[in-house]
Amino acid sequence: MKAYRFTCIVCPLGCSIEVEVENGEVKEVRGCKCPRGMEWAIQEVTSPKRVVMSVVPVEGGALPTVSVKTAEPVPKEKIPELMKFLTKLKLKAPVEIGQVVAEWKGIKIVATRGA
Amino acid sequence: MEPMPQIPMLSYDVVVIGGGPAGMAAAAKAKELGLNVLLLDENDYLGGILPQCIHPGFGIHYFKEELTGPEFASRLAKHLVELGVEYKTSARVLEIKNYSDLEKVVIFTSPTGVYQVWAKAVIYAAGARERHAFEIGIVGDRVSGIYTAGEAQTLMDIYGVLPGKEVVIVGSGDVGLIMARRFALEGAKVKAVIELMPYPGGLARNVMILRDFNIPLYLSHKVVEVRGKGRVQGVKVVKVDENLNEIPGSEFWIEADTLVISAGLVPSVKKLRKIGVEIDPATGGPVVNDRLETSVPGIFVAGNALLINDLVDYVAEQGELAAESAREFIEKGGIESRKWVKVEKGQNVRLIAPHYLSGDRDVYLYLRVSRPMEDVEIRIPEVGKRLRLPVVKPAEMRRLKLKAEEIQKAGEKLTVEVVKA
Ligand SMILES: Cc1cc2nc3c(=O)[nH]c(=O)nc-3n(C[C@H](O)[C@H](O)[C@H](O)COP(=O)(O)OP(=O)(O)OC[C@H]3O[C@@H](n4cnc5c(N)ncnc54)[C@H](O)[C@@H]3O)c2cc1C
Repeated sequence: MKAYRFTCIVCPLGCSIEVEVENGEVKEVRGCKCPRGMEWAIQEVTSPKRVVMSVVPVEGGALPTVSVKTAEPVPKEKIPELMKFLTKLKLKAPVEIGQVVAEWKGIKIVATRGA
Repeated sequence: MEPMPQIPMLSYDVVVIGGGPAGMAAAAKAKELGLNVLLLDENDYLGGILPQCIHPGFGIHYFKEELTGPEFASRLAKHLVELGVEYKTSARVLEIKNYSDLEKVVIFTSPTGVYQVWAKAVIYAAGARERHAFEIGIVGDRVSGIYTAGEAQTLMDIYGVLPGKEVVIVGSGDVGLIMARRFALEGAKVKAVIELMPYPGGLARNVMILRDFNIPLYLSHKVVEVRGKGRVQGVKVVKVDENLNEIPGSEFWIEADTLVISAGLVPSVKKLRKIGVEIDPATGGPVVNDRLETSVPGIFVAGNALLINDLVDYVAEQGELAAESAREFIEKGGIESRKWVKVEKGQNVRLIAPHYLSGDRDVYLYLRVSRPMEDVEIRIPEVGKRLRLPVVKPAEMRRLKLKAEEIQKAGEKLTVEVVKA
């Protein structure tokens, strides 16, 4: 049995949640005051995901880099691999804000700054 | 009398100083209200600190959508350009002169020379500066590898340079935590985040970063010394007691090549002080009325120059209010003087603005508490206002709306207090 403890970030209430997991299965969720928090807590322990951001070098732009983000949240354990992929990217100006500048395993990488 | 310098003279209704979200929102609103406005920023791009804040978390209230800093900035900039607002980048304001209520002069340098602008009103939105290592009492060798969080962020997220590989971060506020994530994502080892207070300074969603990257957080600790030859080699950390005094014998060293200071922001008000604007020691920004007008008539202030905001949405809102106020000021030849209701700090209120209310308009009060507390009420006894909240934390600025009718019920002052419900 493993217990995870964290502060919920779904809304400003910030409930202290405790999740008990046994053999990869969620046994109990305590402390959250709403179903959205419960859902988030379960996802946090079973398959946490994050939107990832970084910068990519750009040639010929006003600034030397373009900032990028993933169009959707990425499984947490895949993030180091994604970051390695991003370090290999190089772009050429012009880049429009919102432009898809690359794709990694079906996840779109979007420019968040123009160049 | 001072001889008149021979420099080009421009003339506008309003000059906005600072092209961050506060200044951009102010300039756009001023233009929409029919004012002749000029926006100045010393950076070579618009957006203030936003283009370097590449993480999401901006604009949930203002644009009803979660954006990154650069995305938020670019929306405001696009709107500005569409409206045809005149702006200059690489334009550093050196001085504001206050000749009379409707006669101000703003002097700035730019790559094409020095200029002065006559204006009837000035909106000051120059943001904040970061507290540096000396200010928080860190001693030791003068080595490279010590950065403020903003410097490290600019290097990484504008110039694409990783400032170090083994990093200690001072301060667990949102900025420190966000920098911890940036370093960790880019492959640096974040050896520790050191926090003076017994609780983390940032929002829960950012405290999660520590867990994501297994970064140790030392609460009730402080960095007191840096050692190295040429480059940082290690930092000395010491535990503090509940009165923040160092506990003898508790010190230890952490090896690192980089120290990042994220010890808070201070409104940047030097130029305002010089013309006699009254400063509130609690906010570090000017004392203002509900028009965001400072103690010098016709000088308005918004954004982090007014008080340190955690949410860009409130910054933009303050910019717009400053612009509306500037128009009122110019049209009526001044903000009517009146019997202002003074806002006083009660229990567990560390800072609050605006400081004076007229009672003829609804206002937003922005406040921070001194210490965390659960199950509380924000109360204003003079007007019978109560607002129940599950938690308050010093890290989270609270915004409280007061209606004109409510303010009218107060006498000479109203007291805002945060007490157990
Ligand atoms: C690291 C970090 C992370 C943040 N994360 C979030 C977040 O997730 N969500 C959120 O909502 N908010 C966030 N914020 C807060 C928000 O970004 C700020 O409150 C906001 O940007 C402040 O805007 P401003 O316009 O007052 O100041 P700034 O953005 O600092 O702009 C001030 C401008 O004035 C210019 N200036 C100063 N002096 C002069 C002069 N003499 N002449 C000409 N120009 C001058 C500067 O160059 C600058 O461009 C974050 C802040 C930081 C520092």
